[in-house]
Amino acid sequence: MSIRSTAAEMSVALVNKEISAVELANQHYEQIAAVDKDVHAFLYLDKEGAIAQAQEIDKKRAAGEKLSPLAGVPLALKDVLVQKGVPTTCGSKMLEGWRPPYDATVVTKLKDAGVVILGKTNMDEFAMGSSTENSAYGPTHNPWDLSRIPGGSGGGSSAALAAFEAPLAIGTDTGGSIRQPAAVTGTVGVKPTYGGVSRYGLVAFSSSLDQAGPCARTVLDTALLHQTIAGFDPKDSTSINHAVPDVVAAAKKKDVKGLRIGIVKQLAGEGYQKGVENKFNEAVAELVKLGAEIVEVSCPNFEYALAAYYLIAPSECSSNLARFDSMRFGIRVGDDGAKGAEEVMNLTRQVGFGREVKRRIILGTYALSSGYYDAYYGSAQKVRTLIKQDFDAAFEKCDVLVSPTAPTTAFKIGEKSDDPLAMYLNDIATIPVNMAGIGGMSLPCGLAEEDNLPVGFQIMAPAMKDDRMYLVGGALEAALLDKWGKPLLDFAPKLAGSK
Amino acid sequence: MSGISREEVANLARLARIEMSDAELDHLSGEMQVILGAVARVQEVAGADVPPTSHPIPVNNVVREDVVVPSLSPSDALSGAPASAEQRFKVPQILGEE
Repeated sequence: MSIRSTAAEMSVALVNKEISAVELANQHYEQIAAVDKDVHAFLYLDKEGAIAQAQEIDKKRAAGEKLSPLAGVPLALKDVLVQKGVPTTCGSKMLEGWRPPYDATVVTKLKDAGVVILGKTNMDEFAMGSSTENSAYGPTHNPWDLSRIPGGSGGGSSAALAAFEAPLAIGTDTGGSIRQPAAVTGTVGVKPTYGGVSRYGLVAFSSSLDQAGPCARTVLDTALLHQTIAGFDPKDSTSINHAVPDVVAAAKKKDVKGLRIGIVKQLAGEGYQKGVENKFNEAVAELVKLGAEIVEVSCPNFEYALAAYYLIAPSECSSNLARFDSMRFGIRVGDDGAKGAEEVMNLTRQVGFGREVKRRIILGTYALSSGYYDAYYGSAQKVRTLIKQDFDAAFEKCDVLVSPTAPTTAFKIGEKSDDPLAMYLNDIATIPVNMAGIGGMSLPCGLAEEDNLPVGFQIMAPAMKDDRMYLVGGALEAALLDKWGKPLLDFAPKLAGSK
Repeated sequence: MSGISREEVANLARLARIEMSDAELDHLSGEMQVILGAVARVQEVAGADVPPTSHPIPVNNVVREDVVVPSLSPSDALSGAPASAEQRFKVPQILGEE
C-alpha cells in the first residue's frame, strides 16, 4: 500500500488495519508538501479538519462500527462546492476569504461516508475555461509536463490525482470540465446523468448544464465515489428521483460481449490530433477483441453544439452571477460612504471578476436582450432539441457512443489564453453530452505518439444508464492494462520530491 | 450578420453592472465581434418547426412538504457579509440624496 495505490486498495488496507486513516491522510499531505509547489493543484488545505475527520474514522473502526467502503480514503474537492467553514473561492477574487455557512449535499454525503476531505482544488474562475489558466490564483500545472495545462475547469482535481496528491477527487462538468481534465492528465472522470448528483451547494454557472461528478485514477474507484455522492436530493429541484444505477457492479463486470458501441462520425477528423485519433482507434480495436459490436452513427447537429453551448452557458451565467453584488457575501470595493449601492456593485464586479467571466456575462446579457433573444438564445435552445434528437436516434442503434474526449493532448500554458475561440474548441467532443443531459466518462487510452502525452477515450450513455459507461470503461481499462503491463500514470515522469 | 458596436458593449456592461475601462471596452468589443460571428451559426438550423429545449429533463414545479426545518442562524447567515449591523446586511445607500 502506498499513495500510488487505488482507492479500493487503500480501503482494503484500512479495513485490515494495515494503515490508519490519519496515517493515510498524513502520507498524502507529505506528497502535497513535496510536489504542490510545482503542480499547484490546491487552493486551500484543511489539514486540521481532515485529521479530525480521520481520527473519528479510526475511532469508529477500532470500536468495530460498520463503515462505508471509502471510509478513511482521502479526497480533493473542487473549490466550486461549498464546505462549511472552509474557504470557497470558485477560483475567483470575488469570493476571496469567504467561508460558507453550510455544506453542499455532495460534501454531506462524503462526510457521512467517512471520506477524508484534504482540501479545495484550483479551477478556472466560476468553472469557465478549459485550462485552469482563468483562476484568479494562478494556473495549475500538468504533472506529465509542468509547462502544460491540466485541463479545465477542474484542472486542480485532475492534477491532484495524476500527482498522487489524492486518490479521489470531485469535479463539476458544464461542458467537459470533468472529462477534458481527466483526458489530458491520464485519469478517469465521469459526468453523471443530469440530476443524478445533487447541485445543492454547487455554486451555479449554467444551471441546466452543471453536474458534479467523481474523478479518480481507475474506473472502479470512480464508480465507488459515484455511488457515494449520487442519489435523489429534495434540496435540488432538478434532482432525479430514481435509484442510482449499480455502477460498482458494472465496473467490475468486464464483459462487453455483444454490446453495440457507436462511433460518432462527427467527433473525428478535422481538428483532431493524429495521435489522439490513433489511440482512440486502437482502443476501439480492443473493444472489438472483447466481443463488442461496432456501429458507425451520424449525429449531424453536433457541429452546431459548440455554438449553441456558447450562447446557453453564457446566458445562464449572466443571470446566475448576478448574485455576486457585494451586498451579502464576497468582496466589496469602493464603499467609501459617499458612493451608492449601484456604483459599489459596478466597481466590485470590475475588480472581482476576471476577463473570461466578464466576456461570458456580456455575451449572455446580449443573447438574452430583447431584439436578439430569438436569434441567439432562442435558436440555441432549438439546437439543443436537435442534439437530443440526434442522441435519441443514435441510442436506438447502439448501447453506448464513443469518441475521443478532447481533440488534442495537453497544450502549453499561455498557448491559447488570448484566443477565446481556440480555447472553446477543446470542448467540441464533450459539450453534446451536457446539452442532452446524458452521462459521459473519460478514461485514458494511451499516449499520443507525437508528444507522449495522455489521450482520453469518451464513453456516452443514455440518461440514467450511467452503469453502461462503467461496464465499457472497466472492460477497456483491464484490456489496456494488460497491453501496457502497468497503469498509464506509471509512464509519467517522476515529479521532483515525489514519494 | 450585423456586428456589435463599442457603444452596445458599453451598454451591456452597464446592464450587467460591471464598470469597464476604455481599454477593457476596446478589447471586449473586438472579441465580441469574433465570438458572435461564430455562435450565430445556430440560426442555420433553428427552423420555426423545431421546439426549444430549455432543460435536459422535464422539470415541473417541485414543492416540498410545508414543514418547519432548521435554518441558518442570523450570525451564520451574516458571516460572509462585507458589512452588517443589528442582525442585518449593511449596504451602501440605494436612493439618491437629492
